[in-house]
Amino acid sequence: MDSPLLPEGAKRCSPTVFFFWTLPWLALLAWGGLSAFLCLYKALNQTNMSNVFAFALWIVFDLGVIALGAGAFFTGFLTYIIGRKELKDIINAAVIIGFICYTGALAMLGIDIGQPLRGWFIFWHANIHSMLVEVSFCITCYAMVLAIEFLPIILENRELDKIKELRLLGHNMHEIMAVFAATGTFLSFFHQGSLGGMFGVMYGRPFAARGGFYIWPWTFFLFILSAIAAGPCFTILCTKLTEFISRKKLVPEQAIQSLAKIAAWLLSLYMILKIADTLGWLYGVVPDAGQKFMDFYREGPYGVWLLVVEIIICGIIPAIILMIPKVRQQQGWLIFACLLNCTGIIFNRFVFIIVTLAIPVMPFDRFWGYLPTWQEWGVALAVIGYGVLLFSAAYRYLPVFPKERELNAVAE
Amino acid sequence: MEKEHGRGKHYKYGMVIDLDKCTGCGTCMTACAAENNVSVRSDESDKERSITWMQLYKITNGKEFPETEVSYFPRPCMHCDEDGRGGHHPSCVSVCVATATKLDHYTGIVSQVYTRCIGCRYCQAACPYHARYFNWWDGYFPKGKGLDRYLTPEVSPRMRGVVEKCSFCHHRLMRAKNQAYAEGRREIEEDEYITACTEACPVQAITFGDLNNPEHKVSQLSKSRNAFRLLEHLNTKPKVFYLSTKDWVRKLADNYLPDQFKSINKTTG
Amino acid sequence: MTPFSFEWLWNTEYTIFFGLLYVALGIIGCGMTFVIIKTALQVFGFMRERHFH
Repeated sequence: MDSPLLPEGAKRCSPTVFFFWTLPWLALLAWGGLSAFLCLYKALNQTNMSNVFAFALWIVFDLGVIALGAGAFFTGFLTYIIGRKELKDIINAAVIIGFICYTGALAMLGIDIGQPLRGWFIFWHANIHSMLVEVSFCITCYAMVLAIEFLPIILENRELDKIKELRLLGHNMHEIMAVFAATGTFLSFFHQGSLGGMFGVMYGRPFAARGGFYIWPWTFFLFILSAIAAGPCFTILCTKLTEFISRKKLVPEQAIQSLAKIAAWLLSLYMILKIADTLGWLYGVVPDAGQKFMDFYREGPYGVWLLVVEIIICGIIPAIILMIPKVRQQQGWLIFACLLNCTGIIFNRFVFIIVTLAIPVMPFDRFWGYLPTWQEWGVALAVIGYGVLLFSAAYRYLPVFPKERELNAVAE
Repeated sequence: MEKEHGRGKHYKYGMVIDLDKCTGCGTCMTACAAENNVSVRSDESDKERSITWMQLYKITNGKEFPETEVSYFPRPCMHCDEDGRGGHHPSCVSVCVATATKLDHYTGIVSQVYTRCIGCRYCQAACPYHARYFNWWDGYFPKGKGLDRYLTPEVSPRMRGVVEKCSFCHHRLMRAKNQAYAEGRREIEEDEYITACTEACPVQAITFGDLNNPEHKVSQLSKSRNAFRLLEHLNTKPKVFYLSTKDWVRKLADNYLPDQFKSINKTTG
Repeated sequence: MTPFSFEWLWNTEYTIFFGLLYVALGIIGCGMTFVIIKTALQVFGFMRERHFH
């Protein structure tokens, strides 16, 4: 039925199967739509956020998907600026994943703020001292860059490619993609950092507060590093998942290994700096606030296990696995390490957001708990539904993986 | 933001609360809510979401019955000053995305512009005192029960989705200034501008005035041996001071490393 | 304050911050304009198109 739209020479499932595949994700979107409507119509009392948990599940999701979406800017940087040719086979997928993550996060932020209609005040009445302003500016601009990077891929669709004007536009955009990639790298670099800076500058919250360099707290640099260490791993995971579901080899192993190797080095560097930062915090910020290490790890469920999970299980272990070529060449280990790495970064964002807010600062204050409502889950999971739908549609109708035909030629 | 330094006389309005006098009756909370048109809900039991610009925290010395002692920390917005670490702004002001909250260098009051707040709640996350409240519901003042009739006309009610907090009854400062202007005076008197909680406190535990003016009582009290502030280690430089002679109360105002706390009494511990 | 009055402060931090923002937006804008004009010229035959693949 839709065969003229499918990429040339690529094998895809029948429209009926594709239709059924989209159903669960459409259901997630519908759930999210209902939740979003309730939150916009009845206000944020639909959530379990409170004056204690001013940031909650949505912000964790936001920071999580933006960090995972860093694969787009970093792969773009490596491909177009550094000139790693082998990554051209995976850059399209990275761009689409980035686009999904950023637009999803922006949509979620639109629901998260109390007065969405005033969103433009961030730009109009910008307080340039706020890290969140830097984040908003860069995310919005970078979403534009991602749309520009995504457009030529859309224009490569078989039917669209037949239209001369669009084909020329696509080709011309491809030609100067390095300019956009460079702009994107600059923007992404700063907002990944500012997302970290957001927490480092909260000097009223010793759990998150950090010293730093000039106006940037150390978390600024750590968030950039962790994002570019985990982003490529997320791109690998998404490609592997697509390969598994479509039962096809889509990306040459060389590209995957190249990304995994770079991720390994970055993750190792990140772990060293993260440990240094934790020690610096322990011997600097903590005693300055008149507190001891254990004061931060005895409230509710949040014990020292947070550090063990974040640094050892989801940091050092995947770094070691990815670092050894023989181990990372085995699919199981590679996927396991990528999963740990991505879990680690989300866990890191969770700790900085939820645990920071949960730990009372005033000695006579009490510990409050928080569990999200179904409306919060709905909006958050809708981003996943949206992502899967968009990625599936892109895979079905666009030549996302340039080497697909070549890699599957023998099998056909 | 930067250019307002310099010209004109600088006031630094602040508050001293004597905890040894405070009985925890809650009149300050009620007076504050009534004065500042704080919206109500039919069920106010959800303390994580109710709005209390002035909040009373009950503290105890944690000892068994005969030795049990109880005290209260009334906690308005601390109206923090510049952080003193080379930074320029209170923790909430520097993070606000839309410049909706500002430290006025003429009065020392941290303002909140409700019509500009976008409700991102970053300021709530940055404030260690939980002094900022978000409007989770639409504003509500039940009709027919009289509540709508004593709304203060000088205080704008808040819409849902914005953050609000204690303003040191800023409208009272405006009122006093207008009065002084009408009478041809350049300065307002000490007792012409006090907050609603100061006025309401039945035991006069709260003193309000200009911390920069050595003749104001508040400025003398704030330099007292018994004066301390909440979470001084964090360098937030609050303009709300507390007085207490009890060491256990003073110790609960901040986090202390072992042996870091210095007693002001030689006898009791 | 109104959407028609443009708020601008003359201080260094503000200038650097907004300067960088407008540079980034400028690059994106100029890049897209360049691409669109080039495509238009090629479509109307004023410029020869390069062949890919």
